[in-house]
Amino acid sequence: MTNDHHIIEVENLVKKFGSFVANDHLNFYVKRGEIFGFLGANGAGKTTAIKILCGLWKPTSGRIQVAGFDVYKETEKIKRNIGYMSQKFSLYEDMTIAENFTFYGGIYGMRMPGIRKKMSFFLEKLGIVEYKDRVISDLPLGWKQKLAFSIAIMHDPAIVFLDEPTSGVDPLTRRQFWDMIYEAAHDGITVFLTTHYMDEAEYCERVSIMVDGRIEALGTPSEQKKQFGAESMEEVFIRLARKQ
Amino acid sequence: MRGFIIKEFYHIFRDVRTMIILFGMPVIQILLFGFALTNEIRNARIAVLDHSKDDVTTEIISRITSSGYFILDEYLESEEQIEDLFRKGKIKEVIIFEENFAEKLVKDKTAGIQIIGDASDPNTANLLANYTNAIIKDYQAGMLLNQASIPMVITPEPKMLFNPELKGVFMFVPGIITILLMLVCAMMTSISIAKEKELGTMEILLVSPLKPLQIILGKVTPYILLSLINALTILALGYFVFGMPMRGNIVLLLLETILFIIMALSMGILISTIAKTQQVALMVSLAGLMLPTILLSGFIFPVENMPWALRTLSNIMPSKWFIIIIKNIMLKGIDITYIWKETLILVFMTLFFITLSVKNFKIRLA
Repeated sequence: MTNDHHIIEVENLVKKFGSFVANDHLNFYVKRGEIFGFLGANGAGKTTAIKILCGLWKPTSGRIQVAGFDVYKETEKIKRNIGYMSQKFSLYEDMTIAENFTFYGGIYGMRMPGIRKKMSFFLEKLGIVEYKDRVISDLPLGWKQKLAFSIAIMHDPAIVFLDEPTSGVDPLTRRQFWDMIYEAAHDGITVFLTTHYMDEAEYCERVSIMVDGRIEALGTPSEQKKQFGAESMEEVFIRLARKQ
Repeated sequence: MRGFIIKEFYHIFRDVRTMIILFGMPVIQILLFGFALTNEIRNARIAVLDHSKDDVTTEIISRITSSGYFILDEYLESEEQIEDLFRKGKIKEVIIFEENFAEKLVKDKTAGIQIIGDASDPNTANLLANYTNAIIKDYQAGMLLNQASIPMVITPEPKMLFNPELKGVFMFVPGIITILLMLVCAMMTSISIAKEKELGTMEILLVSPLKPLQIILGKVTPYILLSLINALTILALGYFVFGMPMRGNIVLLLLETILFIIMALSMGILISTIAKTQQVALMVSLAGLMLPTILLSGFIFPVENMPWALRTLSNIMPSKWFIIIIKNIMLKGIDITYIWKETLILVFMTLFFITLSVKNFKIRLA
């Protein structure tokens, strides 16, 4: 069953909190190097699923493999092979750019030369080399977000999980951010992201839509639009959510 | 791990508020408490009831008034006036000489002086009584020199009104060390962990390969170091500025201090597992730790005077035991054989809080 091209495989994932079923028999896979959109209304069970995939929570039942490792027994290995960025950006505001790189590289076991190389690579790409010693709180929001993404992938993870990475930033910055996502995917990093912006769902290669703990739709954006006879992903989403 | 600790130091050293709490507070508190509690009393108003009015009593009165500590406000005529005088609050002390003072001194070799203090302010009353005592003793010593052949004894008899037990607290240094360690360790760690939660960085740390135990250790190590420095600063200030004695073994004292620090840290971690935001962490540590520490530990209010329920409650205050330990080591120079019971209580409390907080931390993850 295990497919070499599938970096995430989820079979019959169930997560219960008491009698409440947060994830009801989820089945999906994510291909290596793919940009996978994980959509759903608030409270649909997205966060629960992501926490399980990241090795933070144990599932109630089901077979789940992430980067080739089992979520029950090999969470340590999973954690080494994934990157994570939340909507809160999660950089330390009172530390400089360089210090943030050093710290996060350090907790992934990177050594100083490797960290320096990665840092100059990303700072050059963002064109902010001269701001290396600026404290994060002095930087504009768009930069923080791009830096947070750079730091999330600095240890070359197989997969990067992005939890609503673009909430609260302006359209231009969002556009530039998506350029970075594409680039990462091009470099072979699988991108697993949640979002509230339906136009962003169109940028994903494949999208799953969760409603009330179940996956109601799964496929490329164009397949889904065809299936539901809809103009846009927004329409698909609203139809699915209304059905309940 | 090392990177984690360095990062934690960045947080501490770059936040002005944290720095003030960490380093300004100990110095300010000790100076404030120190000078407020030990400042000499000058120009206290007293009254004298002299039943004898002879040469000796006049001489003693003039010595007392010329000492600089006392101002003679009025001469009284009878005992009935005393109570009324104290109620007015202007007079701090009344000195009463018995009848035929000089005569008795020569004949019976002994005469009595009664010193009545207004102990609604016990510290002041105590101080004044001591000063008066000292002056009388001084006079007596002079008399003995002049009339070497006849030893005579004047017996001052202090009596405290309103608070006969007079268990004041001069030993502020142990109290301040305790409060500050509680503040630095418990409050600061709980706030700093809550801050990571609030900013979302905790999530990243949990997703990273770091183990929960490493995260906790990384967070608390800097505070262990800083609070040790703090404790030493307070001890040094107490010793050099206020002449607090250090009679016991300093290594033992430091070991006990480290034990208390670890206890306070585990309390801080426990609070942070409950609190989601910095504000909540702050409130819980203030209400749940600081107030009980100040009020129930015997630092300001003597535990002996509390009602039964509070006295029992004070037994579960770790700070109470720690204050007993410090006082015993510093003031009495006692070694571990006398304080092993208190130490054991602290060890048990530490283990209890560590177990509870680590368990809670894991539950929050799952």
